[in-house]
Amino acid sequence: MAINKESNGFTFGFAITLVVVVGAVLALLAMGLKPMREQNAKVKKQLDILSAMLDLEKEGINRQNAASEFEKYINLDEAVVLDMNGNVKEGVNAFDVDIQTEYKDKKLKDTDKNYPLFVAKQDGKTLYIIPIVGKGLWGPIWGNVCLDEDMATIKGASFGHKGETPGLGAEIQQKFFIDRWIGEKISDENGDFLKFEIVKDGSGKDPQKVDGITGGTITSKGVEEMANRCLSVYAAYFKTLKTKE
Amino acid sequence: MSESLFSKKNRKLITDPLTDNNPVTVQVLGICSALAITVQVNQAIVMGLSVIFVTMMGNVVISMLRNLIPSRIRIIVQLVVVAALVIVVDQVLAAFLPDLSAKLSVFVGLIITNCIIMGRLEAFAMANKPWPSLLDGFGNGLGYAGLLVLVAVFRELFGSGTLLGFTIFGNSLPGEESGLYAMGYTNNNMMILPPMALIIVGVIIWVQRLRNKELQEDH
Repeated sequence: MAINKESNGFTFGFAITLVVVVGAVLALLAMGLKPMREQNAKVKKQLDILSAMLDLEKEGINRQNAASEFEKYINLDEAVVLDMNGNVKEGVNAFDVDIQTEYKDKKLKDTDKNYPLFVAKQDGKTLYIIPIVGKGLWGPIWGNVCLDEDMATIKGASFGHKGETPGLGAEIQQKFFIDRWIGEKISDENGDFLKFEIVKDGSGKDPQKVDGITGGTITSKGVEEMANRCLSVYAAYFKTLKTKE
Repeated sequence: MSESLFSKKNRKLITDPLTDNNPVTVQVLGICSALAITVQVNQAIVMGLSVIFVTMMGNVVISMLRNLIPSRIRIIVQLVVVAALVIVVDQVLAAFLPDLSAKLSVFVGLIITNCIIMGRLEAFAMANKPWPSLLDGFGNGLGYAGLLVLVAVFRELFGSGTLLGFTIFGNSLPGEESGLYAMGYTNNNMMILPPMALIIVGVIIWVQRLRNKELQEDH
């Protein structure tokens, strides 16, 4: 039986068979590797949170010991989840909240968004780590901000991005940019939120002002928007904590 | 007539792309990725291994199907096979080498568009048996990988003062310099930038053609 392999029927049949076989193989592979990818994502999140308070390289923290180091500094039982007005939400696990997905989700109402807060202990001091998320020039940007025990002064931070321009917007991850945020305050003595401003004129030394990155204006502005929108929620929460005391 | 697995002809399939028929320096294919992922040697190695895997497997699969593939849709069939293999590589990297996978990011996906792979499928695998195709794929992948690593060695050594992440010239951290840095040596930041990869590839092409006059074009 000779098959005419140039016939339309054979061409269609070949194409359909090929796509079904390839599709099945890839689907199986993706399912098989899913647990490992999820585990990797979890470890990455732990590292991101820790990187706000520690220099991971100096402390020798990597993927292998991330889980134990994370437990050493951060007690997830103390972590809370806030709503957009800074009130504590019950029944939500802070670590499981994916703020990046929630931020992208257009259907999710602002009032339903979760704002996780992690509480860390280092050298007897209580530190607060706030994950933040926003939009850069080309895609999402995110970060973690670590507040000192006064619940106002920024002690450390880490920023990340999906695809900002290397050498320009992508520089937000660099130490020199993060250092510009350290020491800034998110609230005044009364606990009221203080806005940040990214500036171009080199006046970043002034309180509440941070020098932007040359050539990375839109990404820098994205960091400003992200910090102001997210941190104001936490400032409100810290104010209620302080007034209770 | 049966041919031994590593006959002279078959050996040439591997050695040719390494030297006088190198896909990057002689055929000048796959230049784009040579610019992008040669800042660090380990990235170049992983990228090279990925491309070797894709060219080998792609060549074998297409060669096995070569008598079945309807010629009207052969390019699409080749693309589907290459794309599937690249997704396999991408998924495996994401599962086992997450940090490297994040650094290589879109470039693994862009292996699909690497002209070397499509070129070998169309020029060799469509007309040859699986075993020679496998060797041809391996040779061309290796030729690409080798050049990538060579460029990356220059760029990482002179751009960051490290090789595979190990410091070679001493500590460059400001305030705690040691080794060459203590004597006033500084890293060449130009090496980190993509144009430098082009210049290095250009120099390699120049040296190669200087040594082998046959490769020089007359015009």
